[in-house]
Amino acid sequence: MAEANVELAEPNAPGETVGPMIPPTGLAPPAHGTWRRLLRNPVAAASLVVLLFMALVALPAPALAPYEFARQDAGYQLAGPSARHPLGTDDLARDTLSRLVYGARISLTVAVLVEAFVVTVGLAVGLIAGFFGGLVDTALMRVTDVVLAFPEILLAILLLGLFGAASARPEASLVLVVVALGATGWPSLARLVRGQVLGLRKREFVEAARALGATNGRIVLRHILPNLLSPLLVAVTVDAAGVILAEATLSFLGIGVQRPYPSWGRMINDALDYYEYHPRLLILPSLALSLTVLALNFLGDGLRDALDPRARNRS
Amino acid sequence: MLLSVEDLHVHFPLGRGQVVRAVDGVSFGIGRGETLGLVGESGCGKSTTGRAILRLVPATRGRVMFDGRDVFALGTGELRALRRRMQIVFQDPFASLSPRLSVGQIVSEPLEIHGVGGAPRERDEKVAALLDSVGLPREASRRFPHEFSGGQRQRIGIARALALDPDLILLDEPVSALDISVRAQVVNLLQDLQERRGIAYLFVGHDLSLIRHVAHRVAVMYLGRIVEIAPAHALYADPRHPYTRSLLLAVPVPDPARRRERAPLEGDPPSPIDIPSGCRFRTRCPHAQEICAREDPPLVPVLGADGQVRPEHLSACHFANSLPVWNNATNPEGPQPAVPSR
Repeated sequence: MAEANVELAEPNAPGETVGPMIPPTGLAPPAHGTWRRLLRNPVAAASLVVLLFMALVALPAPALAPYEFARQDAGYQLAGPSARHPLGTDDLARDTLSRLVYGARISLTVAVLVEAFVVTVGLAVGLIAGFFGGLVDTALMRVTDVVLAFPEILLAILLLGLFGAASARPEASLVLVVVALGATGWPSLARLVRGQVLGLRKREFVEAARALGATNGRIVLRHILPNLLSPLLVAVTVDAAGVILAEATLSFLGIGVQRPYPSWGRMINDALDYYEYHPRLLILPSLALSLTVLALNFLGDGLRDALDPRARNRS
Repeated sequence: MLLSVEDLHVHFPLGRGQVVRAVDGVSFGIGRGETLGLVGESGCGKSTTGRAILRLVPATRGRVMFDGRDVFALGTGELRALRRRMQIVFQDPFASLSPRLSVGQIVSEPLEIHGVGGAPRERDEKVAALLDSVGLPREASRRFPHEFSGGQRQRIGIARALALDPDLILLDEPVSALDISVRAQVVNLLQDLQERRGIAYLFVGHDLSLIRHVAHRVAVMYLGRIVEIAPAHALYADPRHPYTRSLLLAVPVPDPARRRERAPLEGDPPSPIDIPSGCRFRTRCPHAQEICAREDPPLVPVLGADGQVRPEHLSACHFANSLPVWNNATNPEGPQPAVPSR
């Protein structure tokens, strides 16, 4: 067939070059341009600055903080701001600035570790459930539902109550908090991933890969995972805000990070007895906490818009 | 025959004893370098037939022989080897390309999967050659699918299907999603590739004029069955099934002066869950008699005007040999192709 090619159909007809490129229509475009769009959003850019600042403070905390976090400066209990103690001291004469800096370190460490845990477990469970479906899906999702049915904080309190008592060392409390928050945090991510995978695995490009002879592993890694990254990034950012808040809550309640480690939640609790006369003891850690949580939430929103600009234009 | 499909059934259980009989006993063959057009209304099972042949959906019953091998009996490894020789081009060029992979990655993936094409450098060359053969510049390989128009994306999909040098490509409505102006280019590209490489096509579509242009033989499907199959010229000149005739009458003729009788086909086809007894087309057939409700007509060769059996032309109608003479006057030149005719 095709004895005659119409002039239109010359395979390399000059008119048939790649440009002009047609604007994207049906699908989320790849992530390039995301940075530009993110930084053009003033709220997101400001949030990013706040978080970068927190990270830059937290990482080199020992070098940055004027004092070691547990160091007591005898004779300076509840001292106001001065050259010696820029943000004053608490009831045990510990430097507030130093404790805030170390507090940032603890909050961010907990957030990063918990999210690493949540992403690992949530991604594995969600991918397996969504991709294989059937009984595997049912079983995994029932487990997820059960964990999800418990209020997160209560479950964390329960876990910490059960295992926290067994360990007397304050360092262990950090690990316990991470495990407790991770164990309660993965189900929502697993659900998100599963939902995305359910949609993606029906897409034609997955069928195309199958027709090419791609193995399941290849389909998951090459065709499904890359398309999960945007929603995952947004979810993790917003979830990290919740984790920081939850850690602060647990520490505030006295079952989170243990003394003498200066968690912001712990500092707020410690300040409760003195805030009438020394409000800065309450205000400063609260401010640091709120700022971080707010920045993470705003950054999450900004990422969502930047990763999927069409969704924003629509609303 | 390169491919022969025998009594293929694809049923989807709905639960509570209900079953969707999407493909319900389909048999046909395709020779090397041949194009078989598979036409029918949407939902008649034509796409499912193609996907079952490629084992993308599981067949309930039947047999598919590809170059002498039983496709449904293959193990995982053998199936993968077979996939090198049977490929697919999808209808929707927007959905069938991974949005996060570059065109180069998409087109070289089949080479990677099957470990052909050699070192990365050679593979790049192969990709460039493939892009060239579908009329895209080699620079396209660094770009992403969303940067291309529908017709260009379909070319990318075709390049991917060509990468392994297959013997058969399932074209699942390959131009239905494209603008009319681009269709001709893509169709001509496909024909050109067939000529150069001797690929056989199973061309699934619903546009009769397009199928007439591209196919050597045409099979008409209705509710999961082939109701008529014949060489293209015979099918269009002397259709022997009332359903084929209805479809041909429904093709618009670009001549306002010519008043035609209204196409007799009305309403929707019956549900594939609840297929009528006897002949499945009888509920919409202008020629239906009482026998049609009783007996399911087999797909058998028709008799020519000279009374001779025409073994190439099969119809599943009790009255295949006594239908009124197909009046070309209603449609003297046949359906007008949507693409420039040869």
